[in-house]
Amino acid sequence: MTTAPLAFETRSPLRILIWAAPIAVLLVVLPRAVDPYQTILLAYGLVMAIAVLGFNLLLGYTGLLSFGHSAYFGVGAYAVAFMVKYLHVESMELFVLGAIGASVLVTALFGYVCVRYTKIFFSILTLALSQVLWSLAFKFFWVTGGTDGLRVPTPKLLGVVTGESEDKIYFLAHGYYYYVLVIFTLCVALMWLIVHSPFGKALQAIRDNETRARFIGLRIRRYRLVAFLVSGVFTGIAGALWVPLNGLTTPDILYWPFSGEIVFMAVLGGFRNFTGPIVGAVIFNYLKSYAVGFTVYWQAFMGVILVVLVMVLPTGVVGTAKLLGAYARRRFAR
Amino acid sequence: MSPNLLETVKLTKYFGDTHAVDKVDFTIGEGEVLALIGSNGAGKTSLVNLISGLIPADSGQILFRGQDVTRQPVHGRIESGIARSFQIVNLFDELTLLDNVALSIFSREGMTRKLFSLADHQTAVWKEATDILRQFGLESKGQALAGGISQGERKLLDVAVAYALKPQLLFLDEPTSGVSTREKAPIMDVISSIVRSQKITAVVIEHDMDIIFKYSDRIVVMHEGVILASGTPEEIRNNETVKDAVFGPSHA
Repeated sequence: MTTAPLAFETRSPLRILIWAAPIAVLLVVLPRAVDPYQTILLAYGLVMAIAVLGFNLLLGYTGLLSFGHSAYFGVGAYAVAFMVKYLHVESMELFVLGAIGASVLVTALFGYVCVRYTKIFFSILTLALSQVLWSLAFKFFWVTGGTDGLRVPTPKLLGVVTGESEDKIYFLAHGYYYYVLVIFTLCVALMWLIVHSPFGKALQAIRDNETRARFIGLRIRRYRLVAFLVSGVFTGIAGALWVPLNGLTTPDILYWPFSGEIVFMAVLGGFRNFTGPIVGAVIFNYLKSYAVGFTVYWQAFMGVILVVLVMVLPTGVVGTAKLLGAYARRRFAR
Repeated sequence: MSPNLLETVKLTKYFGDTHAVDKVDFTIGEGEVLALIGSNGAGKTSLVNLISGLIPADSGQILFRGQDVTRQPVHGRIESGIARSFQIVNLFDELTLLDNVALSIFSREGMTRKLFSLADHQTAVWKEATDILRQFGLESKGQALAGGISQGERKLLDVAVAYALKPQLLFLDEPTSGVSTREKAPIMDVISSIVRSQKITAVVIEHDMDIIFKYSDRIVVMHEGVILASGTPEEIRNNETVKDAVFGPSHA
């Protein structure tokens, strides 16, 4: 006689809905409760959360530290800007599709090269390739606008709602915020499915023990390439959603410090759990915004936080919260 | 005699000046449980590494069911039916015991290519994984992390992960190394009963002669990269050349 494994009960999507539903309700009602600036700030956070979710498929689940994810974010953003400039596209849906197409192409090319390596060699290669894109955006100013960047006007959402006739701040804090929220929700659900699929299990196996993974028949490079591709596309989608919020794309988002910020967000939230990168991205966004307003030495402030984080909370905010929760439950059970 | 499941023809691997495996002609018949013995550095693990695809051969051939698999990648050999466990346990330490075994099943069934289906909803896979853990006496530890169980249990799990691939030929590289003397026989009892009941052809590398003589049908002795002798446990026990080269003068 056989029995169903315990794993079945502990990983039920219903359990996740219990705590995810109140958060979803909060995110829906938030624009009515706070001022538009706060909502727009949250929209930035959700956009970055999509990027870091993608990034963490590589770091947290596959064990590959990319220092070049600014490239895929930038590809998504510039794909939108080029569509506006050269094709006069206004539809946000087409922007997202264009960004997906562009990031698939670039990620497949970069991934083909990078997944042949691991550890520091992988990290350096991703960094180097992202800087190639940065230099192209920087030097080919007649195409990319150089340091002036490319302006992206308020897009049409679903071909119906337009931001042209209304106040831009109101549009970003309401119509666009909800648009971002829907795509964020879809991305979270999709990534949750991927990391809990047999494919996701295979990635974790490769992360834990490459030799054993080979000897259960996994084609390591192929799995890493698919993970790289998915990761890059998520980050590309985030880039596409970010441009209308910012109104402008410049080479700064292709530059390596931006990749560093993505790594920071994952470490801040905790890259060894699913929700860590989401929480990390949102917190980082608030931290950075308030630090910039608080002091001109905001980079030093963020640096101190990163050092403290690595030394005191190596499992990140979410990892630490889980540890404290488990500790509290044990104390309560006594 | 049973037909050859695997045959190597002048299989060779040199590491610099060291002739780890030197023009070895090795055969194993279908359904055999064969022990591969020899002193440290004799070339036993190198031979298994060559056949399983962990390291490439310098020259020679590996024929599995008459097909040349010498240049096949590891996944190709596994699809052909060759699996192995490791002398130094190789597990997914941050995953549960169930996950470790289930991953082999997912891979065997080609399901690891699925991105958009929940692994936990593949009931048949988890049932099979639970059954396998039960066969190996590890069912109660199914939810424990592989990195947190005893060395003896890790050894069993290592074999269970390979067994879940449903191999036709299973290499067991020192399945009782690093465990206490008391634990060795129970571990080998479990492995032996599963291998024999499922009619899996097995090659066991082992140093413990009591285990070798008790559990194997045939013994192949390696010495300095070549095969020194091959025969039944009784024949090997009485072979003077083997006594001198492997067991040492005290056994003479």
